[in-house]
Amino acid sequence: MEIKFVLNGKPTVADVAADTVLLDLLRKLGCYSVKCGCETTNCGLCTVWIDGRSRLSCSVLAAGIEGKEITTLEGLQREAEEFGAFLAAEGAEQCGFCSPGFIMNVLAMFRELENPTVEEIKEYLAGNLCRCTGYMGQLRAIQKYMNRDRKEVQA
Amino acid sequence: MKYVNKAVPKVDYKALVTGKAVYTDDLAPADALIVKLVRSPYAHALIKDINTARAEAVPGIECVLTWKDCPNKRFTMAGQTYPEPSPYDRLILDQRVRFVGDAVAIVAGTTKDAVNKALRLIKVKYEVLEPVLDFHKAKDNAILVHPEENWESRCPVGADNKRNLCAHSEEKEGDVDAVLASCDYIIDQTYHTKANQQAMMETFRSFSYLDTYGRLNVVAATQIPFHVRRILSNALDIPKSKVRVIKPRIGGGFGAKQTVITEVYPALVTWKTGKPAKMVYTREESFIASTPRHEMEVHVRLGADKNGIIKGLDVYALSNTGAYGEHGPTTIGLTGHKPIPIYGKAEAFRFVYDVVYTNVMSAGAYRGYGATQGFFAVESAVNELAAKMGMDPAVIREMNIVQEGQVMPAYYGETANSCALDRCVARAKEMIGWDEKYPSRDMGNGKVRGVGMALAMQGSGISNVDTGSVTLKVNDDGFYSLMIGAADMGTGCDTILAQMAAECLDCSMEDIIVHGVDTDVSPYDSGSYASSTTYVTGMAVVKACESLIHKFCSRAAEYMGCTEEDVEFDGKQAVNVKTGESISRAEIGNRVMCNSNEPLSASEAFSSPVSPPPYMAGIAEVEIDKETGQVDLVDYVAVVDCGTVVNPSLARIQTEGGIAQGIGMALYEDIIYDDKGKTFSNSFMQYKIPSRLDVGTIRVDFESSYEPTGPFGAKSVGEIVINTPAPAIASAVYNAVGVNIRELPITAEKVYWGMQEK
Repeated sequence: MEIKFVLNGKPTVADVAADTVLLDLLRKLGCYSVKCGCETTNCGLCTVWIDGRSRLSCSVLAAGIEGKEITTLEGLQREAEEFGAFLAAEGAEQCGFCSPGFIMNVLAMFRELENPTVEEIKEYLAGNLCRCTGYMGQLRAIQKYMNRDRKEVQA
Repeated sequence: MKYVNKAVPKVDYKALVTGKAVYTDDLAPADALIVKLVRSPYAHALIKDINTARAEAVPGIECVLTWKDCPNKRFTMAGQTYPEPSPYDRLILDQRVRFVGDAVAIVAGTTKDAVNKALRLIKVKYEVLEPVLDFHKAKDNAILVHPEENWESRCPVGADNKRNLCAHSEEKEGDVDAVLASCDYIIDQTYHTKANQQAMMETFRSFSYLDTYGRLNVVAATQIPFHVRRILSNALDIPKSKVRVIKPRIGGGFGAKQTVITEVYPALVTWKTGKPAKMVYTREESFIASTPRHEMEVHVRLGADKNGIIKGLDVYALSNTGAYGEHGPTTIGLTGHKPIPIYGKAEAFRFVYDVVYTNVMSAGAYRGYGATQGFFAVESAVNELAAKMGMDPAVIREMNIVQEGQVMPAYYGETANSCALDRCVARAKEMIGWDEKYPSRDMGNGKVRGVGMALAMQGSGISNVDTGSVTLKVNDDGFYSLMIGAADMGTGCDTILAQMAAECLDCSMEDIIVHGVDTDVSPYDSGSYASSTTYVTGMAVVKACESLIHKFCSRAAEYMGCTEEDVEFDGKQAVNVKTGESISRAEIGNRVMCNSNEPLSASEAFSSPVSPPPYMAGIAEVEIDKETGQVDLVDYVAVVDCGTVVNPSLARIQTEGGIAQGIGMALYEDIIYDDKGKTFSNSFMQYKIPSRLDVGTIRVDFESSYEPTGPFGAKSVGEIVINTPAPAIASAVYNAVGVNIRELPITAEKVYWGMQEK
């Protein structure tokens, strides 16, 4: 069937089967930032935004996104690089395979929560698994990123 | 120093954080055939017949391959230097299947749907055989996992396929029985560690195609590109010259990708059909047919005199290698060689082991590589000794640990030339507030907190075996190519090796491009495993830089018409110290490209006669619910001596990440089989790795010694960091509620029943 949706700001038309999963469609459309880590909605690697909210693209049928706005990391390059620099300063991107899904959810968190506490951050990102870092470096990066404006003001 | 000991961001970070297409599956050709496997439903069976006719008739199916299509020459999938200690016990497809999930047939087709349909249409007749599932009963069992005549062990590791033995050895120093008989205190216990999955976020995957010259090109998520070349040549029975292996960015390895898992299947399809082919393991496949940590049962007899001086250690380890012997004979060595030498005052030790075949999935390399299992046993025994004597487990360690300059008889007789273990212990105690918190505090709300300690060491590369080589080239305008064969799997070796090169060559990091790995052009490296890259390949970088600087001076002298002795190179230019005349690096770079006899480059290799151990101390603080036995990790502190820290942020992440994996091993992770040999632990639902809610707070510091044989004084850090959590957490649980858990993982049920039995 043919579906129409907005992908990273661009009107997009795609021909999909009834059982096509959004994750597979997005990779087919060249959004290689979207990764599959588990097939059971446990890892968070395939996180994208549907109408601005974080969703696991492995558990969404492509047919269901008719008329919706889909955002992947390809559509957030400037922000990804900006936050990514903080992540890399901690060495916390490591293998990088979970980074796109993680960063998608981090950027969603910044839009949704104002000055989240450590507990709120951990809770919000609990579905984003990472096997390399032990999570501490990711938390440091988030905290430093949140404090960056404050430092600029002080300077 | 300008770059060494600086937290330089990884050279590839921008591509990773912006989600660029740099991993194996992102790079596969769109028309690559999809390759999948029919897998055995039985733990042990003989294939009597396979009917592939209906599957082959499915539109889009390119080929269906069975054991009849594969060479009958056995090989090992273990990524080790030749000749591999792991037995040659594999075929790509075999008539005998040896675990639930073992490969039965290969199906390749143009779409996933076609392949999935074909998989269902293949009819296999099995003669179902009784499996060997209990690793205690495997040795000398009447049922043999590998009865075949062409099974081969190429190294003297005590293997015997007619006894289900993958390896056996005994070694000792002094008379351990006499020493233990003279001891005032004896701990005699058995500790059981389970198989664990590395669970890197990128599952196993590879793709292959034929190039212009008809050679097999394989792009693989691997830690061992050069070993993959040999393994594919062995498996397909084709010359090594016909194989090229390329490693792109890798989504984590932790040892899992030190074994060939997928590569042989698409390679065979491409070799048979001439078409590109790819195989991407599902997470389920990565859980049921991969290469987890060897399950081990370790029996420790430890003796101490009345003052708490550890006099003797007797260790017997039984290791379960599963259906195939990958890394079986080598992991087990570390089970004794790493934990025993830490206790430097022991007068005698003995280390005996058996590694046995069973009908479960093959084990393999996982960070720590056998040492992790040994540390759980020996460190737990030391903690039990402290409890038995009523001593502080920190104090008993301070009295017994190896000191800098000491010879370690249980560690190949090597001398601890760089060892700050005493400082690690002191700093870790200070960080957690050991003296205030040991042994436990009742929180007054039904919960009690306890602290526990463990020590660890590892090696830095495999002495006299691992080889790292590096080529440095000077290009136009004088920029450098740093060509390496070591495989960056996310840990950052492309970055730290470039840091070292920039330091040696006195240039900017931007002046160096890093290339790795393509077996056609990269210099040989045994691969990224055994904690080798920083130390072994790092030394090759230092040597190559020295050699290149020498060549710079020699060429500059030629250009300036003076002798080499008069020339000094400062990174930017070569100066004739007598005349003040100079020639810039850029100019030399450009001049060698025209009317030149030899472009400037230097290649050096390094292999070390020693494997200097990094050391560390870890302390866990846990909170236990006295009603339920639930264990929550509150705080974990670790202090590491990895010599000079080449990149503090990357070393810290390695440490925090390794500890988180160790926490998973200690508290959650377990591969569980049913009585037919089928595993239940086949997804992240059943096999829980820690999330950010499960690891408490992990705090890391470094106490550096200086390793004289290492680059800039550095040793390794990658593996040691997984070794302390299991014994430290077990001890914290004991100190909190008085229950000794000697079988991992430490679940609420085990703690609860332990409290009931008291």
